[in-house]
Amino acid sequence: MSPLEILRFALRGLAANKLRSFLTTLGILIGVAAVILLVAFGEGASQSIQQSIQRLGANTLTVSASFAGGGGGFGGGGGVRQSGPRTQARQLTLEDARALADPEQAPSVKSVSPVVTANSSAAVHEGASHTISQLVGTYPSYFEATNKPVETGTYFVNDDVLAARKVMVIGKTVAEALFGAVSPVGRQVSVSGVPFTVVGVLKESGSSGMQDADDVAVVPLPAVQQSLTGFGPLGSIIVQATGAETADSAQAEVTAILDQRHGITPTGTADYRILNQAALQETVSSTIGVFTTLLGAVAAISLLVGGIGITNIMLVTVTERTREIGIRKAIGAPRGAILGQFLVESTVLSLVGGLSGLAVAFAGTRFTIAGIEPVLVPSSIVLALGVSVGIGLFFGSYPANRAAKLRPIQALRHE
Amino acid sequence: MTAPVLEVRDLVMVYGEGDARVRALRGVSLTVEKGDYVAIMGASGSGKSTLMNILGCLDVPTSGAYLVDGTDVGALNEKQLAILRNRKIGFVFQSFNLIPRMSALANVELPMAYGGVGAAERRARALAALEQVGLSDRIHHEPNELSGGQQQRVAVARALVTSPALLLADEPTGNLDSRSTEDVLEILDGLSASGRTIVIITHEDDVAAHAKRVVRLVDGRIVEDRRQAPAEGLPPRMAVRKSTMTGTMTGTMTGTMTGTAADTAAGAEAAG
Repeated sequence: MSPLEILRFALRGLAANKLRSFLTTLGILIGVAAVILLVAFGEGASQSIQQSIQRLGANTLTVSASFAGGGGGFGGGGGVRQSGPRTQARQLTLEDARALADPEQAPSVKSVSPVVTANSSAAVHEGASHTISQLVGTYPSYFEATNKPVETGTYFVNDDVLAARKVMVIGKTVAEALFGAVSPVGRQVSVSGVPFTVVGVLKESGSSGMQDADDVAVVPLPAVQQSLTGFGPLGSIIVQATGAETADSAQAEVTAILDQRHGITPTGTADYRILNQAALQETVSSTIGVFTTLLGAVAAISLLVGGIGITNIMLVTVTERTREIGIRKAIGAPRGAILGQFLVESTVLSLVGGLSGLAVAFAGTRFTIAGIEPVLVPSSIVLALGVSVGIGLFFGSYPANRAAKLRPIQALRHE
Repeated sequence: MTAPVLEVRDLVMVYGEGDARVRALRGVSLTVEKGDYVAIMGASGSGKSTLMNILGCLDVPTSGAYLVDGTDVGALNEKQLAILRNRKIGFVFQSFNLIPRMSALANVELPMAYGGVGAAERRARALAALEQVGLSDRIHHEPNELSGGQQQRVAVARALVTSPALLLADEPTGNLDSRSTEDVLEILDGLSASGRTIVIITHEDDVAAHAKRVVRLVDGRIVEDRRQAPAEGLPPRMAVRKSTMTGTMTGTMTGTMTGTAADTAAGAEAAG
């Protein structure tokens, strides 16, 4: 009894009940396709989020003021003052930023960009008006640190900062809203009545999440302080580390400098916080990983249900064909041949289901759904196919064993 | 003298427990020599089907020894039993028991497939067997496209295609009309004449008349063991037919019942 012969018997058995075989296959098909597709979408989502985080700038630390903690050394901290504003908490200042740029104390820091942000500033150009959601006053190093290259025109330079020139680099959304198809470089935009000259347009970076990253204008720090925000504290300081490996040491250096300057004891709570881009990326990808695993688990359940479907159908088949099994045994079919036939039947069902599920998944990943481009994960394909074959063997083994164990006389008497 | 094809000693078969205890066989001993044609007769409940199932290695007796071709069946494991069923025994059932949705040819090839015969030889032997039962023109028909008689002839072809030492037939004509019955019995006669060992179970005297030896079972015991023709010769009906054609009675026939039945068959043959 050759394996080929057993396969032939199995295929004949399946062909005898085409609709039933098809429906059983469908269960596995859906399971496998769901596993591969959902994992692919999870992976796609993860990659697109990683990309948009990277767009924010690599190896950067964002230092911002935090009012949750206070500096030590200020006496008179009674319980009554706990609920009020922490007056002893210090804001971030330009001096803080300068201290961070000290190459001796902070060798891992490549550049420091103090940032002041004015939200929702009304900009007008020859009658066209637009509310810029983020007007950023900063230093030229900001462009590199936050990964915002200029597409047309130029960046502003340190001289512009020192002279507090009213020049402006605008994002794509702002350029389109105010100028349409006309090149904005060299033209005037007035923000809250203050005229700025556009020197460059940023490259489109695409929207990240809810915020339009292109609805932005970048101007020299003193220019925005003079005309819009006043010379108050900084909104944040963007620190760029010298490399991805030094991001953590840069964070340590920044912490040390700021603790010293703000008088924060090792036990006290800091009045600033540092957002590490690399750490954020790590957190986000682990979160996405959890979601992908959850999606995969849900899909795996449908694969399991498909497998139980195979057991069910094989049990029905064995019961239905008990008499046939009896005949086969009476004419000398060895137990292995019967076992093989039913095992092969269930494995063929699940394998065909798995392969067509794979085809469906391949077709499905060609579409972009909800802005997410699915990315096929080879290991998920191998896993889903392997599991589907395993399901055929595992869930088919019980009915097949039952068939093989039938005593010929009982099987023959079965009506 | 070679070992008998079939030898059973003190077969006892008990079903059930306690009050529901049924003693289907109460010590049956029987020896069938090579080339014999034995009819086992008995009313329903006499234990003949139980005996048949044991002889066919489909069931295991409660006690007693059973040897096929000198092999002790009781000592065999399941795998060896399957091989024994495949090589030594050919089965013909009352209800034909062909596998549905498989052509006559595939049905006949099946035992050889399990026996590991190559595809080409299998095909040739199956065609020869189908020709032997006169169904060469029906080889691609499925069982539901064949008449009862034709189905039984396919079953006979399937039983003899492996050249088994023993052909077991369990009421092979029970579900057939008289015309098909004659066809099937004629085939069995022919097989017997060519030296095949046959054991047939029946409750019809007409069918038993074809056998060389009649064993009668009552309540699980053999009550009669009568020889109608020598084991090495032709089966009685063929002997009669032959003698009618040559015009001389050979005188091997005994018993009026057999004689009358033989006359009828011979008359039908002459008319046909």
